[in-house]
Amino acid sequence: MGNKNMAARRGSLIQRLCLAPYSVWAALFIVVPLIFVAYYAFTDNAFNFTLDNVRRFFTATSNVTDEAGTREVHTYLLIFMRSLKLAVISTVICLIMGYPAAYIISTASARTQKIMIALIMIPMWMNFLIRTYAWMTILQDTGIFNGMLGLLGLKPIHIIGTEGAVVIGMVYDYFPYMILPIYSVMAKMDVKLLEAARDLGCNSFGVLRRVIWPLSLPGVFSGITMVLIPSISTFYISQKLGNGKFYLIGDAIEGQYVANNLHFAAAIAFILMVILLVCMAVMQRSANRRAAV
Amino acid sequence: MKKIIELKNITKSFDGQVVLDNINLDIYDNEFLTLLGPSGCGKTTTLRLIAGFESPDVGDIIFLGENINNVPPYKRNVNTVFQRYALFPHLNVFENVAFPLREKRVPKAEIESRVNEMLTLVALNGFEKRSVTSLSGGQQQRVAIARALISSPRVLLLDEPLAALDLKLRKDMQSELKKIQKATGITFVFVTHDQEEALSMSDTVVVMSEGRIQQIGTPVDIYNEPENAFVADFIGESNILDGIMLADRKVSFSGHVFDCVDFGFEKRQPVDVVIRPEDVDIVSEEKGMLKGVVTSVTFLGVHYEIIVDINGFKWMIQTTDFVDVDEHIGLYIEPDAIHIMRKSQYSGMYGDYSSFSMEMDEIGVLEEEVMEEVLEEAEVEHGE
Repeated sequence: MGNKNMAARRGSLIQRLCLAPYSVWAALFIVVPLIFVAYYAFTDNAFNFTLDNVRRFFTATSNVTDEAGTREVHTYLLIFMRSLKLAVISTVICLIMGYPAAYIISTASARTQKIMIALIMIPMWMNFLIRTYAWMTILQDTGIFNGMLGLLGLKPIHIIGTEGAVVIGMVYDYFPYMILPIYSVMAKMDVKLLEAARDLGCNSFGVLRRVIWPLSLPGVFSGITMVLIPSISTFYISQKLGNGKFYLIGDAIEGQYVANNLHFAAAIAFILMVILLVCMAVMQRSANRRAAV
Repeated sequence: MKKIIELKNITKSFDGQVVLDNINLDIYDNEFLTLLGPSGCGKTTTLRLIAGFESPDVGDIIFLGENINNVPPYKRNVNTVFQRYALFPHLNVFENVAFPLREKRVPKAEIESRVNEMLTLVALNGFEKRSVTSLSGGQQQRVAIARALISSPRVLLLDEPLAALDLKLRKDMQSELKKIQKATGITFVFVTHDQEEALSMSDTVVVMSEGRIQQIGTPVDIYNEPENAFVADFIGESNILDGIMLADRKVSFSGHVFDCVDFGFEKRQPVDVVIRPEDVDIVSEEKGMLKGVVTSVTFLGVHYEIIVDINGFKWMIQTTDFVDVDEHIGLYIEPDAIHIMRKSQYSGMYGDYSSFSMEMDEIGVLEEEVMEEVLEEAEVEHGE
């Protein structure tokens, strides 16, 4: 009996030692900065406690002029909703493209699977900024895309500086984060379960709906999380592909930071984080409830 | 009896490797048919062809008179119990069993009553809400059976369903399966490599080897009248000897001429002779038709299993009489204990019982050289 306990304890000691570097890293570069963010968010320039920054996020207004005329809006709520909208659209597009792709890859031969996954990952090895710049040259009015349209005898389309361009950029940049977790769940799925479903009366669609989909949900949820969160807080893509016309929440944080409004920048970041955490908790909850049924 | 499934001239290869070679098999209504053979003999592929997961390269699968070669699995009136059960981990016991009914959009109340009926059949009442991953192997097995039976298929296919269970549970499930088959009247096609299981459960046994059917028959026929050396060796223990037919009902082997009950062979035709270990009587040396020396005795409870050396060929004999190692004994063999088989590709492949011991049978035969090396090493270590 003693032996077994000893072994278990030694195992956990080794485990703890292995974890030490990461624990130190996490404490220094994750926990401490988070505390700082919270501290800055709830203090003023003299580091006195205040809720002004948070209040400002919800109450600040500005005038917007467009075709419909000029009206007063809640600045940061509008920016937040715009970020959320673009992020959700990008996530949905990633899911719609990524899910069938992940399924098709998971059913291919082992060799083909490796090649396909490599092809999906290779763009990730390129620098994020370079990829975004590449899209600028592709999408601009005299760019490659419009050049090809011209060759086909079609009129050029104005894309750069539209929400569409921002969405294209987000989808391109975050697509691998959607497909990989879904693929890894599907690749591990027991083929016998799919055979059992066919044996028990399901056609291909039935197998997908009643077995593959529910069993792949954990992958879908982590894919959604991994695409939604970076795309909601991105600022670079919107600046470059949106010509800075679509001020997103990430841009707002950056703008306040650059303007040396550290406390308000921290407050926006903090509020964004809380909202995302709540969203994730709700999603996780519904995922668990589904799994329990 | 009505034929439910006919397999006609079925051939199937995977990557150029022939897995099934011209299989012909009729499966009748209400029978318990077992496909028996070592791994790689093609029994599981045969089952998968019937289920619809594979299609034959050549040949026809006929279901109630209709060719079903191109009918997908979900349209076949056949269900499968998979080897590792393949229960849906995201569904509870009730939903697993109800799975086929939900697909057919059966009304709720009917689903409820039919699932309950099935759970009663497999003695799993009260487990409805349990997660299938929390069940024991035997319970998972029952869920798999209930799920496969709930659509009342004409044929139930079982792919080594008991292989993952321990011995005691396996025995219980054997009799339970037999009971369920009798109660439902559904044709069972059962795949196993366990000859004892095949003999005890089946109405018909189909012995397969290397993609071919070696013999089809009742368990008694298969045991008493094996078609060739493969069947004789695979089903139970047997002493397989080279013999020569001298005339009808006269055969010579081990340097002695015996009366037997087989006829219809040519004069001087070489044959394989099978004698089951329990069919040999031990008598005194003078009275014996054959004489030999006992080389090992193993007590097995119901009987002793002894190995007897007769002119260098080691026989296995099961007896309730005690004999001692090195004792000289005589063997007496009744004419109907001798079974004559035609020579086949399997002749001479199985040899005698010279390398036989209970342990070696389980771990696989160690080569003698390896054995000696091990012994020498042990001695050296001991010496130090």
